[in-house]
Amino acid sequence: MKSLEELAKIRERMQNKVVLREGQANIRVAVGMATCGIAAGARPVLNTLVEEVAKRNLNDKVTVTQTGCIGMCRFEPIVEVFEGDKERVTYIKVTPEKAKEIVEKHLVGGNPIAEYTIGAAEN
Amino acid sequence: MKELSLNILDIAQNSITAEADLVEITLDETDTTLKLSIKDNGYGMSPEFLASVHDPFSTTRTTRKVGLGIPLLKLAAEQTGGGITLSSVQRSVDPENCGTEITAFFHKDHLDFTPLGDIVSTVCTLLQGFPDVDYVFTHTISRAAGEDGAAESTVISLDTRDMRVILGDDVPLSDPMVLLWVRDTLEEQYAAAGAHTAQ
Repeated sequence: MKSLEELAKIRERMQNKVVLREGQANIRVAVGMATCGIAAGARPVLNTLVEEVAKRNLNDKVTVTQTGCIGMCRFEPIVEVFEGDKERVTYIKVTPEKAKEIVEKHLVGGNPIAEYTIGAAEN
Repeated sequence: MKELSLNILDIAQNSITAEADLVEITLDETDTTLKLSIKDNGYGMSPEFLASVHDPFSTTRTTRKVGLGIPLLKLAAEQTGGGITLSSVQRSVDPENCGTEITAFFHKDHLDFTPLGDIVSTVCTLLQGFPDVDYVFTHTISRAAGEDGAAESTVISLDTRDMRVILGDDVPLSDPMVLLWVRDTLEEQYAAAGAHTAQ
């Protein structure tokens, strides 16, 4: 069984890592988690993003956050990527599969996936 | 909503919006019923807002004038023959005992009962998004005495206040390793409960 002592080990490991964590996260990924987002399937999308970011050791570079309704409920689940001075990228109707692809191609590879963005839907 | 756990995630966020630093999610389940309670120590609702909160056209959101969180939970409960109750004490009235509690009652054997679904993901999602809030999650599963055994009840629980004592200020609840631990500890408890109650 999992025990609280295991948390003490996690803390120890984290304390050793703190020194290495100087570099600030410069990519922020926001998932719409209001009623509309949740009903449309945002929870598994968020969890996929969190897992993939952790799996690929991107935690120093990328933070995944939850946000409210941004007023485009018909396009939920919505994932927005903010990176430095670059224009924000808004992905719509995201699924866990698309989320994995976004991590791989956009967050790691640096190439936004145009076909999943709101711009593509409006054309 | 396809799962009650999604309604729970949605409603718990209202508590966080209300500046709660403690959110208690309690599930009491028998063979045929489910009682859900979400209780917080946030700033509460005015009697006027409390009276109108069942109405979809009553909302705190600013992007539009429709809010569906509570109406959707109410619908999910009422379509099984159950219902919801709400009580709230405003911070401006009683800062020591302020907060809101919403309870919902479901008949599990009703055709229109929405399954609880992935409640572990809901807990993890709350910790990930709002790691500064404390959560007490308690799920009691009671089984009536039957031909194949005596009555028994199992409790699945998580109290982030206990976790915080060990994690200190260094490690947030949203740390990926901590989230993984939470997922594992809850899933282990559910697996053990399943074995006991032989569902």
